[in-house]
Amino acid sequence: MNFIYNILNSLPFEFIHYDFMKNALLAVIIITPLFALLGTMAVNNKMAFFSDALGHSAFTGIAIGILLGLGNPVLSMVAFGIFLGLVISRVKSFKTASTDTIISVFSSVSVALGIVILSKNGGFSKYSSYLIGDILIVTPQEILLMFIVLIVVYIVWIKIYNKLLLISINSSLASSRGINCALIENIFVVLLSISVMLSVKWIGILTINSFLILPSAAARNIALNSKQYHFYSLAIGIICGIAGLIISFYADTSAGATMVLTSAVVYFITLMFKKSVRK
Amino acid sequence: MKSHNNCGLCQIDIENLSVVNRGDIIIENINLTFHCGELTAVIGRNGAGKTTLLQAIINERPYTGSITFKSHDDTAIKKPKIGYVPQQLVFDKSTPVSVADFMLSCKSKRPLWLGSDKKQLEEIKERLKSLECGYLWDRPLGNLSGGEIQKVLLLTALDPMPDLLILDEPVSGVDAAGLDMFYKRITTIRDQYHIAIILVSHDLNLIQRYADSAVLIDKTVVAQGDVDEVFASDAFNQLFGYLREEK
Repeated sequence: MNFIYNILNSLPFEFIHYDFMKNALLAVIIITPLFALLGTMAVNNKMAFFSDALGHSAFTGIAIGILLGLGNPVLSMVAFGIFLGLVISRVKSFKTASTDTIISVFSSVSVALGIVILSKNGGFSKYSSYLIGDILIVTPQEILLMFIVLIVVYIVWIKIYNKLLLISINSSLASSRGINCALIENIFVVLLSISVMLSVKWIGILTINSFLILPSAAARNIALNSKQYHFYSLAIGIICGIAGLIISFYADTSAGATMVLTSAVVYFITLMFKKSVRK
Repeated sequence: MKSHNNCGLCQIDIENLSVVNRGDIIIENINLTFHCGELTAVIGRNGAGKTTLLQAIINERPYTGSITFKSHDDTAIKKPKIGYVPQQLVFDKSTPVSVADFMLSCKSKRPLWLGSDKKQLEEIKERLKSLECGYLWDRPLGNLSGGEIQKVLLLTALDPMPDLLILDEPVSGVDAAGLDMFYKRITTIRDQYHIAIILVSHDLNLIQRYADSAVLIDKTVVAQGDVDEVFASDAFNQLFGYLREEK
């Protein structure tokens, strides 16, 4: 860690001389490529609303952690996120109601349940920081954990991407090729749940979904194939993340929300180019 | 027995097949045999369970009963190669996926977001050229016309050459000339590679012209055999008789 700090110290920027900014920058450099990757498939599969519900369920995850007496609620958040993600996928496959209705039900229930438990005895205010998140409080241990998650997600992505892509285009065709669609989709849901839950404290429950969706949504406006899609999404995610962090430092605003706004600007710019790319 | 060239498959036996969806019986007690080197048409009214039968065969839906792929020496083939041409591709047309991406995603181990394997990409370009559509390879899949999509889907289903080719209403959005060309191509493949072909279609004239046998389904098998036999059956007349009278 000291080695990385020294490198950052040698950079000629004022903001980088604070340790919390060094940590925040490292965190951004790790989670933006993570989310850029997962976002491509979340958008392909029309899961924007799904990941939104996932972020919102963080409250229940925290509440369960407190009920169980865990010092750090991260474990219960991740566990609940995975549980909720898999349950929504399963209920969705029954095709009894439209997907957005199902997700909406689960989303509001998990938000309400979390708030009810956390607000008991009037203690909710200390959890409200989760709503907008704070990337400046990230610790070196958390950065290391995120880095490990990043590596794992990239390795799994190499293994399952082609299958996920085929499923997103036509699941019958994927089945006929011997692909276990439910298994592959569940692996994706688990990766998404872990990533969202581990970073929600930094980015904020209200903005984490845009963090996931915007870079990919912008990338698909201008990309013509899978490789471009990933490359643009990564580039937009990382550049907007770092730019947003620096802007938030000087403007003294919430880092998560500023990064989302930066990506939104890029999204609207790519939207203008969309027509000229697609004949 | 007919001569067999390339395919290792001899027949597909379906015994006692039923699919139940949360208490509703969709198809039940289906007993069928599909032979290789034969084009079998599956017909039936809407909601008769044709698509469900296909979904069971491609292992997309849980079922009871058995579906066995047998080779010539009567042993079961555990992992049969199935080529599937879906009715249409319902997907978000703005998805950034090129024709080559789509075709490679079915066969390539190399993750497409890291770029495509050069050798495999060349192979795919050659395959597209064989159907006079070599120019399609870098086009976004969402920009293709009905006829172009169908060519891409057929090429994908035939790579690698399957033991069983399933065509689920494969010609929606294609003009009459394209239709004829498509079926000529299919019958050529059947004769050349001796694979089994299952075709779900509503076009009775085409079935009469190209299919070797037919199966009429209405929750279960109500008639099967030669196309003419099936078309002459009582069950067929009850379901489709009005179409004949119109002529």
